Amino acid sequence: MTDASISATLPDAARRRSSPRGAGFDIWFEYACFAAATTVLVALGGVLVVLVFYGWPAFATFGLDFFTSSTWDPVKNVYGGAGPIVGTLITAILALMFSLPVAGGVAFFLVEFCPPFLRRPIGTAVELLAGIPSIVYGMWGYLVFAPFFAAKIEVPIQAVAANAPGSLLDTLTAGVPDGYGILAASIILAIMILPFTAATLRELLQTVPAQVRESAYGLGATTSEVIFTVTLPYVRRGAIGAVMLGLGRALGETMAVTFIIGNAHNFPKSLFDSGSTIASTIASEFSEAHDPIYSASLIALGLVLFLITFGVLAIARLMLRSQAKL
Amino acid sequence: MAASSFRVARRRVQNAIFVGFCYAVTAVALIALAAILFTLLKNGAAGINLDLFTKAVPPEGEKGGLADGIIGSILMCGEGMAIALIIGILAGTWLAEYGGTSRYGIVVRFLNDVLLSAPSILIGLFVAQIMITAFIHHPSGYAGGVALALLAIPVITRTTEDVLLLQPVSLRESGVALGTPFWTVIRTIIWRASSSGILTGALLAFARISGETAPLLFTALGNNFISFDMYHAMSALPLSIFQLTTGSADQVQLAWTGALLVSAAVLVVTIVARLLSQEQKRG
Repeated sequence: MTDASISATLPDAARRRSSPRGAGFDIWFEYACFAAATTVLVALGGVLVVLVFYGWPAFATFGLDFFTSSTWDPVKNVYGGAGPIVGTLITAILALMFSLPVAGGVAFFLVEFCPPFLRRPIGTAVELLAGIPSIVYGMWGYLVFAPFFAAKIEVPIQAVAANAPGSLLDTLTAGVPDGYGILAASIILAIMILPFTAATLRELLQTVPAQVRESAYGLGATTSEVIFTVTLPYVRRGAIGAVMLGLGRALGETMAVTFIIGNAHNFPKSLFDSGSTIASTIASEFSEAHDPIYSASLIALGLVLFLITFGVLAIARLMLRSQAKL
Repeated sequence: MAASSFRVARRRVQNAIFVGFCYAVTAVALIALAAILFTLLKNGAAGINLDLFTKAVPPEGEKGGLADGIIGSILMCGEGMAIALIIGILAGTWLAEYGGTSRYGIVVRFLNDVLLSAPSILIGLFVAQIMITAFIHHPSGYAGGVALALLAIPVITRTTEDVLLLQPVSLRESGVALGTPFWTVIRTIIWRASSSGILTGALLAFARISGETAPLLFTALGNNFISFDMYHAMSALPLSIFQLTTGSADQVQLAWTGALLVSAAVLVVTIVARLLSQEQKRG
């Protein structure tokens, strides 16, 4: 029998089977999901377009000077962003240098030689601390850390440095020892990104199969040799990704820095000197920037920050993703 | 023999130094973080009283509370979560069920990951420019909520996609085999099966946006009186903390208490989310 003759024998109702209830919405649901996914794209694209559009007058007016000059003068309406740009890079890189060895140490400790009964509580605590809002770190830095840092670190170091005027130490530690400045901000940033970096690294180290580590131990390697010759190489891409993710956070962090960096727009002359980052400059000045070129300059700074962090985060995600595929 | 035992000794010492370093930095890190939490608890708990929840931020020299910030935070986080849940769940569903493997899907997933850790102040700047030039021509609670939504969307999208992909293909096939339209399969089978995972993502997103200050600076701006009017400038707990920290001793006290409230809320929500996801793994 052919198909046609089968269908001819079926009752009318079955032949004209109506489609299931609600089937008409199927395609609309897919469209809605697609539109939602596109929102993500539009949001990120929108940030870029808005920053370029509203920041363009600053680039058009000041040209290359915007990147090379550190004159930031709202009275004369002359804006050069070199101070905040350099400040952002210095604080983020210093913060990474401080927090990376500590975060690595914590992650190795948790994965390799933490007593089992402590592993969960400490691991959980580190992950929970990663969620504490950054403004809490900022206000702790302003109210507790800065006075302590000024009295116990800056003043004694300057006293030592004063014995050797003109030396490297003296140059690096010049400035008012008030507890606010580049170094203090970097330390607060380091404390802030520490739990995050440690938690990510720990998660990564846990993906190393036990056999791989055990076979290295079986060959007689010490713990440090296992970590540096087996575990770390195994997760190297992911580890670089995790570090870059931490760097991305440090670059764009606003609240932890604004309180403690001192908000001066010149090039920082020393580690104790006050400076500014792009995020802190925008945070403290954008509300008062009524002059069009003033707000354009701040938005242009935002564009610079966007491009730097986008690059860093893109590399981080690509690294983490290629690790996950292994 | 002598040479090899020397090498063994050197390796042992190297190892001991490394292990000692790891122990030391862990101790230092935990002590530093515990010190922050302890200061927060000690200074914050001193200011907890009923006024906190009934009075607005006071002018210099007067007593008051944080009610305006608490109300503003709840309203704006509510708006942000409402928007983010709709868009985030749908976007995550699209990535998991429809177009996740297409080139467009890969780009969207990648940009979502970038948006996940994009500087929040830039999101605030973007929303302020858009909302204030195009819709409401002054800072408003609505704008603040939109900025928070943009921070929550990537978190929800990411977790939704992850949990949907955990559901077995046979679950979808059995639904479709019964003649169910695919969108009904997604709604009544897939979403229901992964509901606790989606809820976990929502809680994590909420924990993230409830402590955010930077995106609210220009969008909600803040004010100092109790207001439910989201059409105008609105206060939020983190904004109040930001403003009070640099003030007089009384104001600093209020700031500590506010910081304690925000941190406690974030911690409680995160812990609930973790418990939920553990239950899911077990079940």
